[in-house]
Amino acid sequence: MFAAENGLKGDPRLEAISAAIRVVPNFPKKGIMFQDITTLLLDHKAFKHTIDIFVDRYKDMQISVVAGVEARGFMFGPSIALAIGAKFVPLRKPGKLPGKVISESYELEYGHDRLEMHVDAVEPLERVIIIDDLVATGGTLSAAISLMESQGAEVVECACVIGLPEVKGQHKLKGKPLYVLVEPSGLDEFC
Amino acid sequence: MSGNKQDEDPRINGIKTKIRVVPDFPKKGIMFQDITTVLLDPKAFKDTIDLFVERYRDKNISVVAGIEARGFIFGPPIALAIGAKFVPLRKPKKLPGETIFEEYELEYGNDRLEMHVGAVEAGDRALVVDDLIATGGTLCAAINLLERVGAEVVECACVIELPELKGRQRLKGKPLCMLVEYR
Repeated sequence: MFAAENGLKGDPRLEAISAAIRVVPNFPKKGIMFQDITTLLLDHKAFKHTIDIFVDRYKDMQISVVAGVEARGFMFGPSIALAIGAKFVPLRKPGKLPGKVISESYELEYGHDRLEMHVDAVEPLERVIIIDDLVATGGTLSAAISLMESQGAEVVECACVIGLPEVKGQHKLKGKPLYVLVEPSGLDEFC
Repeated sequence: MSGNKQDEDPRINGIKTKIRVVPDFPKKGIMFQDITTVLLDPKAFKDTIDLFVERYRDKNISVVAGIEARGFIFGPPIALAIGAKFVPLRKPKKLPGETIFEEYELEYGNDRLEMHVGAVEAGDRALVVDDLIATGGTLCAAINLLERVGAEVVECACVIELPELKGRQRLKGKPLCMLVEYR
């Protein structure tokens, strides 16, 4: 669910975060309005607000693992993990992690991809947050949830900075809660 | 501080013991330095970041540039702590806006590092962050990108150095700060 519906309605930090995200039309292909968070990372205050909002939410929830989806999940996850005293676990494209891995496939528009995790990263009963910059269809996050559950860990929530219209109104992803800070910027004139 | 190994600090040994060496990855003969095991130890990960933050917080650094992908794990926490922008330096075609690129050599062939136009401005004081320095090729490409837009690269910061590959000499005279050596 969106942060504004869950205790942060009218929070000026959400406005600042939204304003800092740049929309790039027709990337990676025609018709897509790409939500570029690199401009958020250039705005120190807004970037800090983003991390602070997630940290405030999760710090008293006994979270022991923050898992970040490659590569933009790596830009947000570690700072959250550090602030709440959790492990950071990178979830990566195939062939990147050097040790023994488990993998889960997920659908792309055309074809499939795989997400991998080290087998020793997460233990049974650990409480996990999964983080990515953006959720669209939820395919990647679903694969991430499967990886965690295969190790006996409990996914407490999935957290994203941006949630596309497909997820509006959805509070859950594969039965797990979804927490999103903002809607996409700059879509008004295209709806 | 001379920009060298932080060998006096007791936190260093704690970090070093958490690095996992994986033989023959990605190919035979390479002893891969796996930092994911450092990230699994909240104290070791925090100590890593703290050591860099303590070094850079009073140096008026305005940009932390992190090299894809493991530089994205260490760079942003440092940037946030010292009040700097974070700029991702990425493989080709990942950044959506207008980019500039710099080529660098691999063992066989070349690759490219890209940066968004406008992310870094002339006069910015920059740090380049990656998990490890080997030959220094990628870091050199990063330094070139930053200098081309008029930034000053103050230092390169890596968790691990492989000194036998002499990457330190390929940094266009820029100093290197690293925490752990692997010989």
